[in-house]
Order: sequence, then C-alpha cells, then structure tokens
Amino acid sequence: MHPRRKKRLTIVASILIGISFVAGLVLYALSQNIDLFYTPSEITLGKDGSGATPEIGQRIRIGGLVVPGSVKRDPDNLKVTFKLSDMKMPITFDENDLMISVYYEGILPDLFREGQGIVANGTLVLGSSGELHIEASEVLAKHDENYMPTELADAAGKDYKKLEYTNKQLENKN
Amino acid sequence: MWKWLHPYANPEVSYHLTGRIIPWFSALTILFLSIGLIWALAFAPADYQQGDSFRIFYIHVPAASLSMGIYLGMAIAAFTSLVWQFKLADASAAAMAPVGAIFTAIALITGSAWGKPMWGTWWIWDARLTSELILLFLYLGVIALHNAFEDKALAGKAAGILTLVGVINLPIIKYSVEWWNTLHQGSTVSNLGKPSMSVEMLWPFVFCFLGFALLVGTIVCIRFRSEILIRNSIRPWVKALALEKSLSNNALENK
Repeated sequence: MHPRRKKRLTIVASILIGISFVAGLVLYALSQNIDLFYTPSEITLGKDGSGATPEIGQRIRIGGLVVPGSVKRDPDNLKVTFKLSDMKMPITFDENDLMISVYYEGILPDLFREGQGIVANGTLVLGSSGELHIEASEVLAKHDENYMPTELADAAGKDYKKLEYTNKQLENKN
Repeated sequence: MWKWLHPYANPEVSYHLTGRIIPWFSALTILFLSIGLIWALAFAPADYQQGDSFRIFYIHVPAASLSMGIYLGMAIAAFTSLVWQFKLADASAAAMAPVGAIFTAIALITGSAWGKPMWGTWWIWDARLTSELILLFLYLGVIALHNAFEDKALAGKAAGILTLVGVINLPIIKYSVEWWNTLHQGSTVSNLGKPSMSVEMLWPFVFCFLGFALLVGTIVCIRFRSEILIRNSIRPWVKALALEKSLSNNALENK
C-alpha cells in the first residue's frame, strides 16, 4: 500500500476506534438511564448492578406483564387496578413472583389483556398497608414481535379478546 | 486483487454502466413492489390481536432496515473516499444521503402511525425510537455538509468524517431493543435465526423488502448519474453528451 494511503487508513481507523471507545463508555455510564422503565422486581430490589431503587413519590415508568386474574374493574366507572410481574421468557406466572399493583382511571389500550406487556407511567406510592403501588396517569401496551393469523392463535389457545365498556362506565368518565 | 475494479473508477464508465442498470432495476422494482404490496395489503392474513393495523409492518420494517442499510453503504463509500481519495465514492455517498433520510423519515412516520393505535402513543423516548431519530439528524447533517462547500472534494471529506462518526449509531439502533428495556418490541425478522411470524405473513414481506431495496437501488443510480455529471461538467465527454442531447432535442422541436 502507498505510504500516504497507509497513513490516512491509520488516521481513519484510529478515529473509528476512538469514537467507539467513547460511545461505549458513555452508553455504559448511562446504561441505567436509557432503560425506559423499571420492572416490578427492580422497584422492590433495585436495579442490577447499582441497586438503585426509585423513591416514594417519584414519577416513574413501570413495565411488566399483567398477572392473569389480577385485573379488577369498577363496574360504575373507569377505575381499574391490575398487578404487573417481571417479563420473562417463556412466560410463566407464579404466586411468589414479585408484583406491583397499578391503579389507573381511563380507557385502556386495545391490546390490554391478561398476560400482555404493559408500560405504565405514574407516581410510586406507599399504600396504607405498607405496600408499594403505582398511581398511573398513562397506560401503554407493549406487544411482542410475534405475529400470527387468527386461526393459528386460536389453535395455540391465545386469548385476544378486547375489553368492553358498559355505557355506565363510560358516562362516569370525568 | 482489486485490478478488475479499476475501470469503474472512471466516471464515464460508471455513468454508462449505471445507465444500463437502471431499466433492469426499475422494472424489477415495479414487479416486486406491486406483487409484494398487493399481497401484503390485500391477501396476507391479519394479525390475531392487531388486526389490519399490523399491515403497516410491510412498509415500516423495510423502510427502517433500509435506512440503516443505506447508512452502512454511505459509510463504506466515505471510508474508501477518505483513505483512497476516490472521487466517485464521494459522488455515491452524496447520492445515497437524501434517499436514506427519506427512508428514515418513512420509518419514523409509519412507526408513529402504528404506535398510536397499538401502544397508545405517537411517540415515546425509548432507546429504539430515539436512536432512529438521531439517524435522521445524521443524514440531515451529511446532506448539509455535502452542500456547504463550493469545493466538492472538501465537502466530501467533511461529510465523510461525519458519516464515519455516525456509524456507531447503527449497532445502537439494531441492539437497542436487546440492551435496554424499551416499549418497541424486538426484531421479528433478523438475518440470523427463525422469523417470529407465520410463513403466509413472511412471504409478502420478502417481496416488499426486495421491492423497496430495488427502489433504493434505482433512485441511488439515477442520483449517482446526475452527481457524476455535476462533478464532471467541464470534462469533454460530458460536454459531448450535452451537445448530443441538445441537438436531438432541437431536431425534435423542428419536426
């Protein structure tokens, strides 16, 4: 290779290595902050590594799977509570899993259902019974990357019914 | 080893070669895109929980992966131009930048339109969405630098350095959904491993993806040719070409 080209190659390669090193350090330093949400176990036990837990009264996002059987809807209005547990593969639920309750008032996203991934934005509150819960102002659905036609989903025994609202519940919306 | 490539470093040879490629690329683009889009939008089965909204996948995913693919192509061109000072590489990088920016914008807009009905929000500052937005800004920066200097070689150098610095964003976009927790779901179709969708949904995607990729090829070739002409306008072969064209135009008008 021509010496001038060799010199330019060295310069370009060292710029690239330098930039990736810097970006790697920045991402490593920010790794806790780049996460969009806390998982239920991170709220209780703290993040892996730093062990940082959110403070009571802090606005945070929580992400997890809606625990089957935990969704309680008020028949008269749009108030709803449900429990979230950590997302893990394959999806399993156990009574001993760490769970955090979420309180919300409003229309839930169409993809909201038991077993579905949910990201809720709200305030971390210490309830009177000494239990942590989230008073959410926004609930978003996090779907997975698997797509399939209805027949396959039926064959796999997937539950995909949308929530229905009664007129009474909708009338009492503030 | 690279001797066979040398004739293509000549702008005139490249100009005529791309001129011969364009009709093939555009015919294949029309074929693949029409089969792919009709299949995807009208005949592919709807998703069990997202219904027909899922079909935006067939535009969103090809646009997003091509936005990264074009950037990689641009970075390779910038690298060869910086090390070997190969002028045509600058012309090809300048030809690719606006196409990449448009595909990034398409990915962001279709993603937003998909996010509202499914997630419940148009936008969220999670790692995937933010890094893709940074990709759009990188493209805009590269386009601006290509046009900021009178001297094309200097412009190519400045834009090339920005392109190479921005290359670090590509792995961040790709692995953002694995490294951090995000609202955006993981990859359905990746280069390794089994796709997470049924076969009758996958085939229309393959056609759509190839169709969009060929569309990128066609547009980049057309833009590359005009970049060659702009950068070589004082060369005799370009002048001869222009003269020939104006003579044939005059002949048409005088008929």
